[in-house]
Amino acid sequence: MSVGLLYALAGAALFAIGLAGLLALPHLLRKILAFNILGSGAFLILVGLGQRDGSVDPVPQAMVLTGIVVAIAATALALALARQLLERTGRMQLPEDRADAETDDA
Amino acid sequence: MRRVLPVAIVALAALFGVALAAAMLELPPHAVRLPDDVAANIAASGVAHPITAVLLNFRGYDTLLEIAVLLLALFGVLALVKPHAARAAHPAHPLLQTLARLLAPLMVLVAGYLLWVGAIAPGGAFQAGAVLAAAGVLLRLAGLLPAWVAPTLLLRVGLALGLLVFVAVAAAVLGHATLLTYPPALAGGLILMVEAALTLSIGLTLAALYLASTEVRP
Repeated sequence: MSVGLLYALAGAALFAIGLAGLLALPHLLRKILAFNILGSGAFLILVGLGQRDGSVDPVPQAMVLTGIVVAIAATALALALARQLLERTGRMQLPEDRADAETDDA
Repeated sequence: MRRVLPVAIVALAALFGVALAAAMLELPPHAVRLPDDVAANIAASGVAHPITAVLLNFRGYDTLLEIAVLLLALFGVLALVKPHAARAAHPAHPLLQTLARLLAPLMVLVAGYLLWVGAIAPGGAFQAGAVLAAAGVLLRLAGLLPAWVAPTLLLRVGLALGLLVFVAVAAAVLGHATLLTYPPALAGGLILMVEAALTLSIGLTLAALYLASTEVRP
């Protein structure tokens, strides 16, 4: 097993962790963090698989560099939206998640 | 229900991760050798570093769309913050202020170096822009920069410059061949010009994403 493949497998694990967090955690800040972990997993898979035969492939590296900047922009926008929601409703949860929690409490 | 659902989600995500890993272990060897294509064409790309060549020349439209996405995200953030809610920067500890004053010019220097070295070694517009943005965030944390909730005209020009120069260059070389295919003789100069504008805009945009959204609440 090459080092590149090991990175890609670690990326798959990160992707699964991020996916679980994104779906299971109701708090929006945790969702945004999970989304970033998921994205990092995808980047690691792209770069890892690109160099699994030992030589570095510049194309996935360039795509990941682009992806990182887009992920930063998306995170900043998500944080601004989450704070807007907090200011308007006083909660850091989506309305659906809140409805679920209230049904369970009843 | 409340306990069962997260457990089911975690189990499904773990299953998905295992399936993904299994698929990667089963992958056949590369069918297409992109590094060979890059190496074969790098002499005509205008730069010597393969990643910069891919970013600004072979897949230039990725970078073009990326700077547009970055600008759109900033528009979204600026639309969400309330201009009247911004407070003046409150001065930080004198030690942090002095350190920020010493570091900021050095960071601008490092950004310039990263931009220049991108043609031959790891570096380029994104790394340089990130260092510029870090300088802006540091100055804000030290209380030396006001919040940017309502960018001035000069700042707006700086934010849009990267996209505008990139689109102008793309339009100018459109007569030559397909989109963003530079004439080899001019490629080096055009890429450096685009990268310089991108560095400034990426640095300002990333800094603005932070500076526009800080301290909305007292």
